[in-house]
Amino acid sequence: MSALGVVFRKELVDSLRERRSLVSALVFGPLFGPILFTLITSYAVNLQIDEAEQPIEVPIINGEGAANLVSHLFRRQIDVDHERFTDVDALRDAVRRAEVDVGLMVDRDFGEALATGDAARVWIVADMANNSARPAFARLRAALNEYGLGIGVQRLALRGVDPSLARPLAVLTDDVSTPSARSVLLLGMMTYFLLFSALLGGTHVAIDTTAGERERGSLEPLLTLAASRAELVWGKIGVTFVFMAASLAICIVSFAVAVRFLPLAEIGMTATLTPLVCVGIYAVMLPFAALGAGLMTIVASFTKSFREAQTYTSIAMVAPPLPIILVVLNPVQPSLPLMLVPSLSQHLLVTELVKGEAFDPWHLAVSAAVTIAVGVGCGLATVRRYRGEAILV
Amino acid sequence: MIEVENLTKRFGKVEALRGVSFTAADGRITGLLGPNGAGKSTTLRILCTILAADSGVARVEGVDVGEDPVAVRRAIGVLPHNSALFGNLSARENIAYYAALQGLDGSQLEHAVERIIERLDIGPYATRRAKGFSQGERLRVALARALVHEPATLILDEPTNGLDVMATRVLRDVILERRDHGCCVLFSSHVMQEVAVLCDRIAIVAGGTTVVDGTAEEIRSATGCDDLEDAFVAAVAGS
Repeated sequence: MSALGVVFRKELVDSLRERRSLVSALVFGPLFGPILFTLITSYAVNLQIDEAEQPIEVPIINGEGAANLVSHLFRRQIDVDHERFTDVDALRDAVRRAEVDVGLMVDRDFGEALATGDAARVWIVADMANNSARPAFARLRAALNEYGLGIGVQRLALRGVDPSLARPLAVLTDDVSTPSARSVLLLGMMTYFLLFSALLGGTHVAIDTTAGERERGSLEPLLTLAASRAELVWGKIGVTFVFMAASLAICIVSFAVAVRFLPLAEIGMTATLTPLVCVGIYAVMLPFAALGAGLMTIVASFTKSFREAQTYTSIAMVAPPLPIILVVLNPVQPSLPLMLVPSLSQHLLVTELVKGEAFDPWHLAVSAAVTIAVGVGCGLATVRRYRGEAILV
Repeated sequence: MIEVENLTKRFGKVEALRGVSFTAADGRITGLLGPNGAGKSTTLRILCTILAADSGVARVEGVDVGEDPVAVRRAIGVLPHNSALFGNLSARENIAYYAALQGLDGSQLEHAVERIIERLDIGPYATRRAKGFSQGERLRVALARALVHEPATLILDEPTNGLDVMATRVLRDVILERRDHGCCVLFSSHVMQEVAVLCDRIAIVAGGTTVVDGTAEEIRSATGCDDLEDAFVAAVAGS
């Protein structure tokens, strides 16, 4: 067996017997993401469902003169409150302080204006800077528009005019997003957790085989043996890669299971994490494990102790998934130049897979090649470092 | 056979070696003696090929350490001063790992590991994980790792540091046995008595240079002291 194989086998056995390495690879790494994801997603989904269904309460001023309007609002799950405010300034202050989401003020001449066919005025009192009040504002506005339209249609019909004459344009929206595509925003979070869990799964091994070995004093005698430094380093990186790859696999499976328990269908979403898609995701993400193994090994090899290494690797762990956050805030379509950015390319390709859409095979090839190249580059830098004398000091 | 001529080594501003020279013959135990910080470890690390000298020559069995480090590594067995075992591996796995990295293979490796386990009486705990080993057990396994490929040259850096009486005795026996097999044994120490008892030849190093090099008798007459400890102090102070 070559020295590389000897080192690989020894480090694998050593890591498998190390409980901390195992726990971080098989438990923390892969399960942390899906659990957090499930919690966040089900909270967000429930919030969306709740807001659409639950009645809202809206304080009204001068509501006595608009009984028909009030009963229309009631049918639309909007309960008006006549007593709470009598003074418009008090209502405005309450809205400004966000005690009330929206309020409604009816003009004193509302009833009279309706009867004479003038424009009857109502004011929605709202704070447009308050994001949490937006859904209530939108619902109230939609209900008022609907009421107004209904009256308009009746008036035209009474005069023997076809109401559709007053609507020369019919604006319709043709939503081409597939149900899976709509869930992509939520599932975008998934790639972030996948990358993170891959890194987390192998970092303990990367530290243990480099900084840990140095700290325990077992590195120096190792360097007096006939095996080359390159063989030592690649053997170590190989084991870190295996742990990251295992962590990634478990993470994907636990995502596929977790998604089944999410009420995505209730908000018109489906997530396609069929076994075939999971295999595809694994193929897309696996090169990232190579990058992670190289990166974590070179970072840890610059430190002298386990604790020091943990500090620097946790900083290094934040960096790779950063491009994903940028893209979630500012969405882009996959393109060849973007495939040159590791982590971003994996995110975009996985997103296509989850949407159930095909991607350019060249994109996958470029993404994998660049990502593996970065990992190999880190590995070569580690070999260089192990050839130098600074590793002993 | 180890030949060292005029080695120099600088770490940044610190001049660790300023011209160390000595020879260690086959079938002899050579002690590298000197106070802490004298340059003993640096010299041994150059001989082990893990540090490169700035100038000067170091040869092991006629091979220059700078020219063919891999040949030198195959020829030597090394016991560094805090040589740790792999705690998650058994004694046998520790030894076999070193044997494999020194290029042994297949049945050859099996035989070498078996032989050294038997010779150092490691058998009773050969399959136990090294994590809970006593000092004596650890030392035996570390020695077995260094000797498994049967090197003609044995290099030990402060091997007796922190060892109890029993462990020291094990070490001494192994060193003497190796010498009687015709090996070249080089070890460093800052403990005078230990060197006096074991060594056929002594090189005293202080301040990065060799101060005296010779047998105990030669050193006594060169420094004009009857007692070897006085001779050591005189030699070190004289540098």
